[in-house]
Amino acid sequence: MNAPTDSGASGSMRLVLTLAIAGLVSGIAIIGIYESTLPTITANKARELREAVFKVLPGVSQMQALVYRDGELVAVDRPDKDEPVVYGGYDEHSAFVGYAMPGAGPGFQDTIALLYGYRPDEKNVVGMEILESRETPGLGDKIYKDAVFVSGFSALSVEPEIVAVKKGTKSRPNEIDAITGATISSKAVVRIINETHADWSAQLPEPGSEPRLEATETAGTEADQ
Amino acid sequence: MKKNEFHEEFIKGIWRDNPVFVQVLGMCPMLAVTNSAINAIAMGMATFFVLVGSSFLVSTFRHLIPKQVRISCFIIIIATFVTIADYTLLALVPAVHKELGAFIPLIVANCLILGRQEAFASRYPTKLAVMDAMGMASGFLLALLSLGSVREILGDGALFGMKLFGENFEPWVIMILPPGGFLTLGVILLFFNWFRLKKDEFLEDVAAAERGGN
Repeated sequence: MNAPTDSGASGSMRLVLTLAIAGLVSGIAIIGIYESTLPTITANKARELREAVFKVLPGVSQMQALVYRDGELVAVDRPDKDEPVVYGGYDEHSAFVGYAMPGAGPGFQDTIALLYGYRPDEKNVVGMEILESRETPGLGDKIYKDAVFVSGFSALSVEPEIVAVKKGTKSRPNEIDAITGATISSKAVVRIINETHADWSAQLPEPGSEPRLEATETAGTEADQ
Repeated sequence: MKKNEFHEEFIKGIWRDNPVFVQVLGMCPMLAVTNSAINAIAMGMATFFVLVGSSFLVSTFRHLIPKQVRISCFIIIIATFVTIADYTLLALVPAVHKELGAFIPLIVANCLILGRQEAFASRYPTKLAVMDAMGMASGFLLALLSLGSVREILGDGALFGMKLFGENFEPWVIMILPPGGFLTLGVILLFFNWFRLKKDEFLEDVAAAERGGN
């Protein structure tokens, strides 16, 4: 680098050059850290997703990714990038239990990404897990910290659609108590589930004719650690 | 003398010029992530890494950075360190990263960090700048930790996730909510100012006694 002579007399070239070099070095550093942490981050995310699938679908011990291609739901090993995907959950006898459906949408601060378990035979949501959110600490983050709110999704009818109501006023099977102080976040969760359900409902096969289990991915949590 | 100076640069950040309790800087993360002790520590460590790293670079290159673009250069350096901290936390401790959420990227905007670059690192030799950064960052970490511990104990009846009291403890929920942060910080600032006032009075008394003695 050229040695500084006089900061007052230095031309604009030097200013441009300094910022360009700083930006370049910073860019290289960021790419380096991104590339080196990416495998760990992807592995963490994949493990988190598997754990979340088993959590939102009680009684499930095996799963496979399902995508909608040519008018039917098929099992795939690895879905294409940006292809909408749901996860089929199966019990230990490889019998179909339900779907784990990923959904995302705007929350109060940023995008909320979640996974919910859906049993087509009961037309019920049976579990919900927040995968990603930047809701306000102490308020909006109750959508995953408030055990009462989360357990409200363990038996929730999607017919005609889920409605978030004021805390303590739940009276129908499709209603859930919103969190006091985090109404926007609670409603966002409900809206994401409703929208995801509406997007998929036409593509899911009739109950009883779900794709059979092909891959043999089991719930071996000890193998992941 | 030289050794004393190093020592002094480090110590001043922890007590006399504590960034939070005396300079009242970095209030946003201070109030936002101190709802538990573990969050406070993670935030403090991330800030420590960013502040020490940026101070080292800024001080090393202080003659090369033209005055006109110094703030932009500082911000580029700080932002790079914050991104590194962000990805490292995401890879190593995803649970903590999830908890801190948006506040990790927001370290860039922590005025404590830019303030130290402008006021100290860009004017002093590298060794002193690093000592200063370590002192300030430790002071910030201690402040976060004391606030986080108080709030977690009162608001959740726990410390580092371990329950301290029996089943009958009724958590004072407001302490984990934003108002609890303001209340706790207010009480601690009150203590710091009271302590300072007392110290000044005491020093005045001593000076008066010395004058009277002579």
